Amino acid sequence: MSRRPLIREVPPSTWFFRHPRYLRYMAREVTSLFVGAYCVLLVIAMQRLSAGPIAWQEFLAALRSPASLVFHLAAMAAAFYHAGTWFNATQKAMPLQLGEDFVPGAYISGAHYLVWAVLSLVVLFVAGVI
Amino acid sequence: MAKSHKPVVWFPFAAGGTVIAFCMPVIVVLGFLAALGHVPPGLSYESLRAFAAHGIGKLILFGVIALSLWSSAHRLRCTCYDFGLRADTLIATVLYVAAIVGSAATAMFLFRI
Repeated sequence: MSRRPLIREVPPSTWFFRHPRYLRYMAREVTSLFVGAYCVLLVIAMQRLSAGPIAWQEFLAALRSPASLVFHLAAMAAAFYHAGTWFNATQKAMPLQLGEDFVPGAYISGAHYLVWAVLSLVVLFVAGVI
Repeated sequence: MAKSHKPVVWFPFAAGGTVIAFCMPVIVVLGFLAALGHVPPGLSYESLRAFAAHGIGKLILFGVIALSLWSSAHRLRCTCYDFGLRADTLIATVLYVAAIVGSAATAMFLFRI
């Protein structure tokens, strides 16, 4: 008797509408688009910075366009969503065992959130925002 | 022992994912403030140039940008696959080459400062 393996047809580009969990996964995947675009902007910023004060002023002025403002809002949402999901995943990705027991996952993620908050505040302080 | 090139791709991806998670939100917030017209004092030409002129500043800027670029390239490759684009070799080549070129360009710009 031959075992008939279960073969399902999976639509290659609409599969993630089948389950909310897949949709949340894809939402996280899409953040890479905005984060990637922001990385490109950072490379351009370094070029402008190396080109001198006038180029840098022009770059800062270009940032004030409406398109840039919308892009920044989208990139900000993507960056925060990526950070939150990344820190939530740390407790699954690197579980910590002390003796017989595992450290509660909330502590591991919580520690990441704490470090994130401190680091962000330090950057804001160094940049003179606070 | 089976050899795989996967760790070479995967390590900068994981490191980049961590760097993006920790650093990217605050960087975008700084950019957003500049976009609103409230340029943070740290983003003025003099302060940012002074930061980038220092060896440690260069290293921080290069590390954050290069690792983020590599991680984004790897994630975009996976995203393309998940959206049904199955030309993986082509997409991977284009994205990784872009990440390498972007990193090299960043290093070059930072050396000029």
